[in-house]
Amino acid sequence: MEAPVNTPKKKRFHLNRSQSEAVQAYAFLLPAAIIVLVFFVAAIVFALYMSFNKVNMYSETYEFRGLQNYTNIFSDGIALTALKNTALFSLVVVPTQTFFALLIAYALSNKNIRFKKMFRLIYFLPTLTSSAALTLIFMFIFNINGPINGFLTGIGLYKDPINFLQEPQYALKVIMVMNIWSTVPNFMTVYLASLVDLPDSLYEAAEMDGASSWQKLVHITVPYLRPITTYVLLMGIIGTFQMFDQAYIFSNGSGGPDNSTLTVALMVYQYAFGQMNTMGYACALAIFLAVVIYIVSRLAEKLNGGNGLKDM
Amino acid sequence: MKKGHIGRTILYIVMTIYALITLYPFLWALSASFEPLKVIVSGNMSLIPKAFTLDNYKYMFSSSALFPRWFLNSVIVSVLGTVINIFLNTMAGYALARLQFPGRERIYYAFLSLMMIPAQVLLIPNYLILMNLGMLDTYQSLILPSAINIGNIFMMRQFFLSFPKDVEEAASIDGLSRVQVFFRIVFPLARPSIATQAIFTFMGFWNNFMQPMLYITTPSKYTLTLGLQSFTNQQAGVRWDHTMAASIISILPIVILYIIFNKFFLQGIRMDNEK
Repeated sequence: MEAPVNTPKKKRFHLNRSQSEAVQAYAFLLPAAIIVLVFFVAAIVFALYMSFNKVNMYSETYEFRGLQNYTNIFSDGIALTALKNTALFSLVVVPTQTFFALLIAYALSNKNIRFKKMFRLIYFLPTLTSSAALTLIFMFIFNINGPINGFLTGIGLYKDPINFLQEPQYALKVIMVMNIWSTVPNFMTVYLASLVDLPDSLYEAAEMDGASSWQKLVHITVPYLRPITTYVLLMGIIGTFQMFDQAYIFSNGSGGPDNSTLTVALMVYQYAFGQMNTMGYACALAIFLAVVIYIVSRLAEKLNGGNGLKDM
Repeated sequence: MKKGHIGRTILYIVMTIYALITLYPFLWALSASFEPLKVIVSGNMSLIPKAFTLDNYKYMFSSSALFPRWFLNSVIVSVLGTVINIFLNTMAGYALARLQFPGRERIYYAFLSLMMIPAQVLLIPNYLILMNLGMLDTYQSLILPSAINIGNIFMMRQFFLSFPKDVEEAASIDGLSRVQVFFRIVFPLARPSIATQAIFTFMGFWNNFMQPMLYITTPSKYTLTLGLQSFTNQQAGVRWDHTMAASIISILPIVILYIIFNKFFLQGIRMDNEK
């Protein structure tokens, strides 16, 4: 006796299994697709379009200018200053943060170390804190009457307190210190995650040969982590080239003192929202920045070897 | 054996020094938050407050300050934004991993390539798009463009790729419809991944500075980060006493979240070595 298993109730529409699956899939993807279409796809097309035009926000007029916005970048003294600041910033911050992240991750991954949870909570604090709070705290400790001046004059390094926040020669360096300090824990956790997979046998073999902790770090850990280092370098380059919040808060949006904290991202903001008729140029700068980031990332990838993003 | 001891001691020294470097700014900020302004600007304050006071914190919650309002705004934007993200990202990730439909591969690669676009490029057009939608200076402007996160859609997709298929099959035999299976069975089972996603999304909204700075102009609609920054452009110089108390309060919710949901934080950064 075959019982009628499928006794379809009367439905106005009857979709078969794969059709109903497709309907569900499109329904599930629709909200995300709308957001992507409006705020990603349309935005990119819009940015490209503006970058070929002289945009006047006041009269809301667009004048087609071809590649002129792009060629203007190379004769714009402010843009070259911003590029120089950003490149210098990246050149100092990226290698330093990578070095410390690797070193601390190596220490923290050691099997015999205790109080790991406590160390981890402390190391993680900068990652949890907003860039706004971090920048204000650093501005406080580096202010002319602040603890850093107190400490450095206290140990006799110099006599008169230095105005770190307003001296052009120090301002960007303070932001460098702050940026390194706040990004090391991020990259440390990336290293830690892959150190978990490092086979103990490698260390044990080295210990039998009488290797010290330092030798193990240099001859086993560093080569093993090479692909991760490529990834960390890439993320570091992308992060430093886009640095905005800290420079903005530090200088109250001006890039001062004396344009010493003017980064490319901050300049894009100034051209886009500070003046009425340079939004097209700002878009060209943003796209130029994206291209620079892409090229520098590929170079770093090539130099360090490994596949970087593709490995993750 | 002796060699191992020396090595470990060096490791402890490195770790302790680095912990002190990490704590140094926070400890001074904490100390300044309990100190009156005249001690702070005198140039000889110490780590242990000389004239301990709670006035800076009292001021933040007094009626004259907009601080409680900013705090509330941050809570509203972060909670709403996180809830919306959880649903949209999880649904999209599930569809991309589990459902068969025409165009699946193409949509997947389209999302993937969009992830490479730097935020700076999107910033200016999104400002104009929001302006044309009449959404500038509203909570929506902070939530809508960030209502999904492509990275999190991929994380959920990865999760659902390794999710056992029999669970859904058993549920559909019990007579649940496809959509019911998703919300009643799949969603609760995906809790660990969703929690990880939720924490990082919440943190992203809570700590976001650039979007509020661009989109919000009315002081009573500021979020905490924007409010903090507004302390620095008062003519009379920076009120370090108020600024440090406000900064400390703004950090606390995330630190509490970290302590409570520690294990989900660790999952998010794939650090699962310790049980």
